[in-house]
Amino acid sequence: MELNGYHDQDETTCETEGEETGALKQSRTSRKETAASFRTGAGMENVAAGASAPSERRASSTVARQRIDSLKKNRPPFPWFGMDIGGTLVKLVYFEPKDITAEEEQEEVENLKSIRRYLTSNVAYGSTGIRDVHLELKDLTLCGRTGNLHFIRFPTQDLPVFLQMGRDKHFSSLHTTLCATGGGAYKFEPDFRKMADLQLLKLDELDCLIRGVLYIDSVVSSGPSECYYFENPTDPDRCVQKSYTLENPYPLLLVNIGSGVSILAVYSKDNYKRVTGTSLGGGTFLGLCCLLTGCSTFEEALEMASQGESTRVDKLVREIYGGDYERFGLPGWAVASSFGNMMCKEKRESISKEDLARATLVTITNNIGSITRMCALNENIERVVFVGNFLRVNTLSMKLLAYAMDYWSKGQLKALFLQHEGYFGAVGALLELLHPS
Amino acid sequence: MAGCDRMGRSTHSMDKSITLPPDEIFRNLENAKRFAIDIGGSLTKLAYYSTVQHKVAKVRSFDHSVKETEDDPVYEISVQEEIIARLHFIKFENAYIETCLDFIKDHLVNTETKVIKATGGGAHKFRDLIERKLKLKVDKEDEMTCLIKGCNFVLRNIPHEAFVYVKHADSEFRFQNTQPDIFPYLLVNIGSGVSIVKVESEDKFERIGGSSIGGGTFWGLGALLTKTKRFDELLQLASRGQHTSVDMLVKDIYGGSYGSLGLTGDLIASSFGKSATADNEFSKEDMAKSLLHMISNDIGQLACLYAKLHNLSRVYFGGFFIRGHPVTMHTITYSINFFTKGEVQALFLRHEGYLGAIGAFLKGAEEDNPNQYSWGENYAGSSGLMSVSPDLNPMQRARSGTFDMLEMDRLERKLVNLHLLQDPSSYIPDTVDLTEDAHAREYWLFCFEEALDGVVKRAVASQPDLPQASERAEKFRQKYLHKLQTLRHQPFAYGSLTVRSLLDTREHCLNEFNFPDPYSKIKQRENDAALKYYQKVVKSLEKLSWEQRQFTLVKGLLAGNVFDWGAKAVSDVLESDPEFGFEEAKRQLQERPWLVDCLDQWIERLKGPPHTCALFFVDNSGIDIILGVFPFVRELLCRGTEVVLASNSGPALNDVTNNELQILTERIAAMDTIIQTAIREDRLTLVQSGSSSPCLDLSRLDKVLATVARERHTDLVIIEGMGRAIHTNYYAMLTCESLKLAVIKNSWLAERLGGKIFSVVFKYEQASKTQDGHQ
Repeated sequence: MELNGYHDQDETTCETEGEETGALKQSRTSRKETAASFRTGAGMENVAAGASAPSERRASSTVARQRIDSLKKNRPPFPWFGMDIGGTLVKLVYFEPKDITAEEEQEEVENLKSIRRYLTSNVAYGSTGIRDVHLELKDLTLCGRTGNLHFIRFPTQDLPVFLQMGRDKHFSSLHTTLCATGGGAYKFEPDFRKMADLQLLKLDELDCLIRGVLYIDSVVSSGPSECYYFENPTDPDRCVQKSYTLENPYPLLLVNIGSGVSILAVYSKDNYKRVTGTSLGGGTFLGLCCLLTGCSTFEEALEMASQGESTRVDKLVREIYGGDYERFGLPGWAVASSFGNMMCKEKRESISKEDLARATLVTITNNIGSITRMCALNENIERVVFVGNFLRVNTLSMKLLAYAMDYWSKGQLKALFLQHEGYFGAVGALLELLHPS
Repeated sequence: MAGCDRMGRSTHSMDKSITLPPDEIFRNLENAKRFAIDIGGSLTKLAYYSTVQHKVAKVRSFDHSVKETEDDPVYEISVQEEIIARLHFIKFENAYIETCLDFIKDHLVNTETKVIKATGGGAHKFRDLIERKLKLKVDKEDEMTCLIKGCNFVLRNIPHEAFVYVKHADSEFRFQNTQPDIFPYLLVNIGSGVSIVKVESEDKFERIGGSSIGGGTFWGLGALLTKTKRFDELLQLASRGQHTSVDMLVKDIYGGSYGSLGLTGDLIASSFGKSATADNEFSKEDMAKSLLHMISNDIGQLACLYAKLHNLSRVYFGGFFIRGHPVTMHTITYSINFFTKGEVQALFLRHEGYLGAIGAFLKGAEEDNPNQYSWGENYAGSSGLMSVSPDLNPMQRARSGTFDMLEMDRLERKLVNLHLLQDPSSYIPDTVDLTEDAHAREYWLFCFEEALDGVVKRAVASQPDLPQASERAEKFRQKYLHKLQTLRHQPFAYGSLTVRSLLDTREHCLNEFNFPDPYSKIKQRENDAALKYYQKVVKSLEKLSWEQRQFTLVKGLLAGNVFDWGAKAVSDVLESDPEFGFEEAKRQLQERPWLVDCLDQWIERLKGPPHTCALFFVDNSGIDIILGVFPFVRELLCRGTEVVLASNSGPALNDVTNNELQILTERIAAMDTIIQTAIREDRLTLVQSGSSSPCLDLSRLDKVLATVARERHTDLVIIEGMGRAIHTNYYAMLTCESLKLAVIKNSWLAERLGGKIFSVVFKYEQASKTQDGHQ
């Protein structure tokens, strides 16, 4: 993420040309010199930007070769998975190698093939597993191998089904290390062992999250930009999504909205702290919606919210003060009391489930915005990146957050979003498998 | 702005059925001068300013130049009528508003005011009703401004206004000292929404933030989830619920704690997180509890973020979400503690519900400049903090009374800190907090109850010629007994319970029933008798060697303090033969070494250079002041030390009042040229303490006293008597030398301090700066 568009392209080009330099850009992002020498070392024409002295170049190319060799040696056997087991969802990333040689294919065990076929030929697994095809990263080079990165999710409560499948497909016979993060990695570790004979490598979720974010942002170049923002967030008619390139991402406030919310201040790739968190997150939105409307899925809740009107449920400033509360700079449209109108019996009887869903969404989202804004002020950080599955297909919330950040900070704060919303922890786990830190 | 349910409910069903007891509520309404009203979602708070005529005891010197006989008393006592200003606040449910307005209309005779200041969300709704009933113009004031004004007022004028709530402690309420500077602070007002206000000075405040997730969210969302309509019922549900069945905890995700971040397993990771993943039904109680946690935590978190950003450590919480509800005070306290890692404590206010009304009143009274005065809470006319023991239903606490009252007396004198307090912000006058010490509480409540008969008798005896003295005395007994009973169950009702507050409450109740000075006649007799022996005592002292004299002077001081009017046999002796009594008292004194004995250090000190100025807080009339204090003062004056004698502004027990002391000093001066010269040369000064309490609060002293003490470069403070030097100030740290002396005339207290009855405390301390080090 340190790289701007130009560098990004430059280096990705180098990767897609089949370099075995490894995709572990993190090591390169911070040290462009090394990146340049990788190129030369791989025997390319000397087009590298940096004008290093020939002797130096030779020296570094030797180092590079050694590294490649060691990469091969240390490269873990397939399949490559990264897993993030959250409170609500399990996120799974799977690297599908596309550069398998005939020789390699012959050596491959049947189990491995069958897993690959199963995952890549389906977009849905069982009744609840889903592959987010639109997020798939194609022709990616990882650890010297080229392939596609797949993004799969299923509800945490269906983990036993997943484990059963792993057992049926004799996953454990592949002797792979399963890198997992999220609370579930700890909670379900005994189940993995008992049900599927699998040993988990447990990883810290915030470490993985940051690693994942930095990595994905650095590799995505073609297609829609990974990072984006909303232009004119305070004007609904002119509000449009725009891609964004993070030139110098630090310091950065990273807000991960899963079932709950964690807010991290990131100062460099390995210097971050968890500033705070709130229990009012995606789980609260869905939980309250289920209780209030009888819906049962996130998509359903969002669909209802999109059709509702929160102002019937919330009490606005203008309902109390007849307009703006000018003395304190509160606009009349601002919510004075979330669900405040529901104190009144008549109003409780006059609203729809859609209104309630919308009000819940607005309440939770604005509250996250409010806490985030205070953290940004306290930490003196102006750029905020929102991630997490609460934002999946949830443009409503993203626009609200963008609006809230912009309006209440008088344009000081910028809300940024990432395409791969909820998968960064899983990506981080996969990177740990390939390149233990 | 809070809730149309309650406000919309007809005010016709209940209001006619109650009859208002005018003795108890809307007191002094006939003299009401100015009104303000704060109408909230369910409660109305009315404020009015009134004058109260009450009796005060005055003493006046006879003209001795005309004739003087042996039997004439030195002064005459008269009871006069005095008018004092009092602020009345009364809180009642909106349902009673019409009845109350009718009542006010019928009793309002002397008022000249044409307007009533109004604030609160309901002010608009009831505007017409008020204007029609009272024929007063409703003048609306900004809610937030009123709130802040009221908050500043109570923080400045009511000791123990703010408290920390500790759910499972012996005493749930931990009252805070009055801070010399109340600013800056953060006020988090949780009404239907939340306003976070930073207050920097009397007139400077700013709404720095807020949240839409507040009391209205709890109420509205709670009503939807549980089909329970009333706010109180929702809180009741919540207090019975288990949030863990609805919330997703860290351990639900991790199986345990998230150790590397220090997040414990019981922490809520996602509020209502379980209701999203499970199909089971949830109980109303559990959902209400989960909602309460969610909202309290959220408000607490935001408050902490704002406090941190603005670098504020004093955070007060108010609004209908808090208002005396133990459940919400607990969850907010928990949240603040969690988010600041214990660095900030959530503070609550005893009179939080009155802030708006007080503020609106003050807005209307600006021409009277109420902030230039000091005010005091009148314990006799105020209901305590509503509460019952936690094992009873916590919800019944807040609504146990239909009417809730607060009365504040305008004090004659402006009260300030003594500049010699080492740390005014941590100064606690009282030695024992009876709110926390159950054993001591038990004893003192019993003690005061037992002494009540005697007090009643003396009160009646003090007014042989005044009408209905015994009826009034009986009413006094009932009132004080009721206060004692309340305090037995709710020791926190008026802030920290202390011996001082018990004594002050008794004085307030006596005044309430027009017994301004039950000891006036006793004091008069005793002063007369003691004066006759002054010269003899002085002469005998002059015969002694320097060292012996110093010892005898101290013994004299202590001897005067030996006898209390509680001891009948002693008072007889005193009246018949004061000289014998004085000598007898000296003999009765504990042999040295005393319980606390710094006499040697004191005498050693006296061998050194004289003090510049001594500030002497005196105690009893009679022998104590005349034969004990004056000879001692005389010696100080002879050493070249100026003396400031501080006595009570108003009567309390047999303590000498400023009024009396002036006459006594004149009489002594007539007999003693040293005293006379000292007065003439302004080296002996009499000042009043600003108090009418047998105890002493060095943070609330008469401004003149404080100024004189500062200007004279006071370097010695002498505090005499059980009330001033033991019950209060025993541990007070001063920046100059001090003497604290008393005879412990209560065996329980003596035992507490490790001694027996009549044990002597003679505590001489250097400036506390030098005592800080380990000597």
